[in-house]
Parts: sequence; structure tokens; C-alpha cells
Amino acid sequence: MYRYVLKRLVLLIPVLLGVSFLVYFILDLAPGDAVDVLAPDDATQEDRERMREELGLNRPLVIRYLDYMSDLVRGDMGESYLSGQPVWDSFIEKAPNTLLLGFASLVVSVGLSLPLGIYSANRHGTWKDNVSMVLALLGLSIPNFWLGLLLMLLFALRLGWLPSGGADGFASLILPAITIGTGMMATLTRTTRSSMLDVIRQDYLRTARAKGVSERVVIRKHALKNALIPIITIIGTQLGGILGGAVLTESVFSWPGVGRLIVDSLNSRDTPMVTGAIIMTTMFFSVVLLLVDLLYAFVDPRIKAQYATKKGGKSNDNKQKQKASA
Amino acid sequence: MNGVNDDIVLQVEDLTVYYELEEETVKAVNHISFSLKRGETIGLVGETGAGKTTTALALLRLVPDPPGVIKSGKITVCGNDMLSLPVQKLESIRGKDISMIFQDPMTSLNPVFKVVDQIAESLEIHEKLSKTEAHEKALDMLETVGISRSRGGEYPHQFSGGMKQRVGIAIALACSPQLLIADEPTTALDVTIQAQVLDLIKDLKDKNGTSVIMITHDLGIVAEICDQVAVMYAGHIVEHGSLDEVFNHTLHPYTEGLFNSLPNINDRKSELKPIPGLMPDPTNLPEGCAFAPRCEYATEACKTTQPELRTVGGTHKVACLRYDETDFHINRGKKHG
Repeated sequence: MYRYVLKRLVLLIPVLLGVSFLVYFILDLAPGDAVDVLAPDDATQEDRERMREELGLNRPLVIRYLDYMSDLVRGDMGESYLSGQPVWDSFIEKAPNTLLLGFASLVVSVGLSLPLGIYSANRHGTWKDNVSMVLALLGLSIPNFWLGLLLMLLFALRLGWLPSGGADGFASLILPAITIGTGMMATLTRTTRSSMLDVIRQDYLRTARAKGVSERVVIRKHALKNALIPIITIIGTQLGGILGGAVLTESVFSWPGVGRLIVDSLNSRDTPMVTGAIIMTTMFFSVVLLLVDLLYAFVDPRIKAQYATKKGGKSNDNKQKQKASA
Repeated sequence: MNGVNDDIVLQVEDLTVYYELEEETVKAVNHISFSLKRGETIGLVGETGAGKTTTALALLRLVPDPPGVIKSGKITVCGNDMLSLPVQKLESIRGKDISMIFQDPMTSLNPVFKVVDQIAESLEIHEKLSKTEAHEKALDMLETVGISRSRGGEYPHQFSGGMKQRVGIAIALACSPQLLIADEPTTALDVTIQAQVLDLIKDLKDKNGTSVIMITHDLGIVAEICDQVAVMYAGHIVEHGSLDEVFNHTLHPYTEGLFNSLPNINDRKSELKPIPGLMPDPTNLPEGCAFAPRCEYATEACKTTQPELRTVGGTHKVACLRYDETDFHINRGKKHG
């Protein structure tokens, strides 16, 4: 399994190269540059040229990119054009907020989706199933920022129970977490339902029932563990997506996270900041997906066995064959 | 057990099971009755789709619902009225008093749990054993069915088909049930393993006095281990009696057809005589005898009148109109007298 992990980590290199290249070049294609944002209104053309020279913007794109990359492999993500602060510092300042919001949303999403998905799978085809699915669909169709605004109107403005924005303790986490969580819920509920439906008529559940296992345990233990693989795949993808994907909600709730950092930096053509943040997000995403893949092995022994044969080579193969023929 | 019929482990009366689908109703089991004494083995014989497995599932109240519906009947297992029991009580009987070996060993074990845990589970539920005790006893069971204890920690995918079936048997026998339903326990297995599995069931039957329902389409297996035989066709029992009665004094034309389609070891040159035609569509059973369209003895009356299962002597019962005629007998009967 270690070899597999190593291989996946090595494969991360071309991914990161591709991502950084794309981001860097696309940013260059966009009209304007950081100087347009930074320079005071009364700056002369010469002042602007001088600033470009200071930032190194007057050099050709390829040279700038290679320069950036050679710094990057040495662990230096450069400085923000705007603030002059190291990119790493700005990123690491915002990342915990985004992670916190991400996990809170995930708790909301998983907490709602698993019970709802299992419930409707058990009542497949009945009106209860249909109502659950409509609920889940609502979660998907309602735009995040709109729901966020409505929640804010109700709970912050009208009732005054919760703060309308900022990152100030648990209370300020609730509304944004619900906003993102309900958005993620739709996919997860549907996945849980269809995955449970696949499992629910399997022969081995009949075996469990014939043993005298109660219906509750049949569903929660015997069925759920078999249905888990697609479910954790979706959870993993959603978790990975949160770090870069909660831009709208972060803006609505003025949540000081990575999503807002990226948008703000984009607006000011702060190339090192955007590229750095996106590279970090990509890395996080890939590592989460890798963890999910590894998690499969713990859920399903058949997948674990595949890792074992891949790693162990010949001796292990023979052992398996002997066992099978025994 | 409830006193009066101490010896009767299972009593099935007038059991009818339908699968009610949106567009049609599959009449899987129609008005069947039989009973089983302690230590006795009954063979349920018939071709695929005759309603054998549905009958077995109904005994455990495990007919998939929807679409399966038990339309009528009474099932008594060890004095418990299975169809009216509250679910909790039902769960305490399943796996303890009555258990089942399923047909397809490949799909009937849970792929994500260790084999030993799957056996131990019913011990934990019914015998109120601790986790370690149940685990220990499950390993004993594994050994009983001929699998080394050291393999207990493995998962079903690491086992061959025959071993999986033996695990299925270990699960079914873990709590020494009074009634064991074996649903084609050998169909998915190689011939060499078949004999092992049969021996195993026989052994346990002798040791524990377990009553067995052996569901099969293999008449050889029936001859080997059954005391009673019930032949099923299109959801009906068409002939029912002791092994000797059904095998040596066959009455029903369908049973005769089953025997004729077996190779005869004494007459290797004789051609196999398959039963012509197919079993009728269970969503659209004929008005009269379900076997009439394939029966060489059928008369006009057979096509319109449902035959009742009637006793013809001893415990031997047959559902065939032609026995209204006193001198009627099938060809096989002639040969054997």
C-alpha cells in the first residue's frame, strides 16, 4: 500500500505543474495587470513602467513563469503584489477559517443526508421516499447565496439570534455552515439512497435476517457498510471542493476564508497570490481524494486484497491461490 | 413447544403466496399443506419456478415484501404461529428454532465482514454469549463444517464456493435449530463437494435430531436423505408421500416425467424422455390442472377442473383427476406393480 501512496504522491507533481501553468497563463490573458490596481490615479505612464519593472512584470510571460516555478520548488511561493506579504503567510492565515467552515458544513450535510437517504431507500417508491427526494432536490436547486441571504434576513436581521457575518465564534459559523451544508446535501442524499437501494435487496441481507438480526441492525450495520464506498467518495469530493469552492457563501457572510482571498486577489490581478492559493487548494483536494481511496480498503476487504497482491508480488499470489483451491 | 403436538416441529396449512406486481400477479405458492415431525426430513422437489424457495422463505416470513404477499395459510414452527407473531418474537425464532441454508453461496455471505463474525452473530443474539465466547464457538462451528479455525479471520472473497456454502451451513447450524431449511444446498457446488455437504447435513441431523426441509430438483439427493417427498408443480403440491410411496409407487404423471428424464444406470441405451413443453406462466395459470397441457394422460376434464390433493392409501396423496377412474394407472406404476 505504501508504494501505491508514493505513486499517487508522485503523480501529484504533473497535476500541480498543469494547474499552476494554466492559472498563470490565464491570468496573463486577462486584460490589465496589478499595476493598474496598485498605481494611484495620477501616476504617469513612466511611474507605471517603473512599477512594472519593480514587480518584474515587464519580462516575457514564460520567463516570469519559470522564475516563479523555480522559486516554488524551493518552497518560496513569492509575495503578494498588493500587500507585499509572503503568499504562504496570507494563505495559512485564511486556511483554518475555510477548513473550519468546510468541516462544519460537512457535519450538516452528512448529518442530514445519511439518515434521509437511508430512510427513503427503505421506503422506496412510497410518498415518503418522494418527499425526501424533493427535499434533497430543493437543497440542490436553491442557489447558495440566495439561501444565505434569506437565512441572514431571518436569523440575523429579524430575530437577531445569530450574527450576520464575520468569523467570531461558534454562532457565526452556524448560518454559513447550513448554507453550504444544504447545498451539498442533495448529491449526498441521492447517492446514499441509490447506494442503499443497490444493497438492500442483496442475498446477504436476507441471510442476516434469517439469522434473527433485527431490521435496524440489518440496515445500519450489514447494509450501510456495503453501501459506504460511493458515499465516502462523494463526501471526499465535497470536502476537497470546499477549500476553494465556498467563494459565494464566504462573500455573503464576509467569512475570511480562502475562497474570498482568491476572489479578492483575482480582482487585483495579484498573480502570485492566486496561483499560490490555487496550488494549495489543488494539493489539499488531491490529498483528500487519496485518503478516500485509502479509506476504501478499510471499508471493503476486497479492495484491501487488491493492494496486497499489487504490493506483495509472487509469494502473496501463490498464497491466495492455495487458499482458493483449499 | 406447546405440549399437545410435541412431536410436530412444523405445520403448514393452506399456504398461498403471491407476488403482486403492478401489472400482474405471480401465483407462486397455491394452497399447500404439509407437516414435519422431529428428526424427519422432507424433500421439496420440482423444477425451477415451482415455488419451492418461496415456500421456504414464507416459513421464515422472509418473502420479500413488496411484492410478495402471504395470501392465506397458517405456519406453525415449534408451536409458534409464524404469520401472526410480533416482529421481535419472530427475530428471536429466526436463526434459533428455524434457520436456512441459502441456494447461492456466492451472494449469501456479507462481503465486508469476517467469516467468523458472521457465524458468531447469531450466537450473540440467541445464546446471549459474550463476544469472545461467541467467537470461540463460531470457530468450533467452522471446524465442524471442515474449515480450519485459522481461516476464521478471513473474508468471504478469500473462500472457494464450496467453503462459502459450508460457512452458510455453519451459520444456519450455529444455534442448533430444530428445523433446518436447506434450499438447494448443493446446486452451486462441484459434485465432489456435493457429497461432503450432504454428509455434513446428515451428520448434524443424526446428532441433533434436527428436522430438515430439503429443497432440491435432484431426485438422487432426495433418495439419499429424505423420509417424505412432496413434489411441487406450478405452486401446487401434486404428489406427497413417504420416500417409498413416491419413488416406488409413483402416482402423478409429473413425478413419472421427472423419473423418466433421469438417466437409467441399468439401461444405458434407453433414451432420456424429457417432459415436453414448459411449466405454465405462474401469472396466468390454466383453469384446470396446471400440468394438463404437458400430460400424456390428460383428458378434457383435466383442462377445466382443478384436481384436489387426495389420499390414496397410507400417507400417499396425489392431485390428479384421472384417479377418479378406479383402473387408471401410469406407465411407471405398471412396471413396478
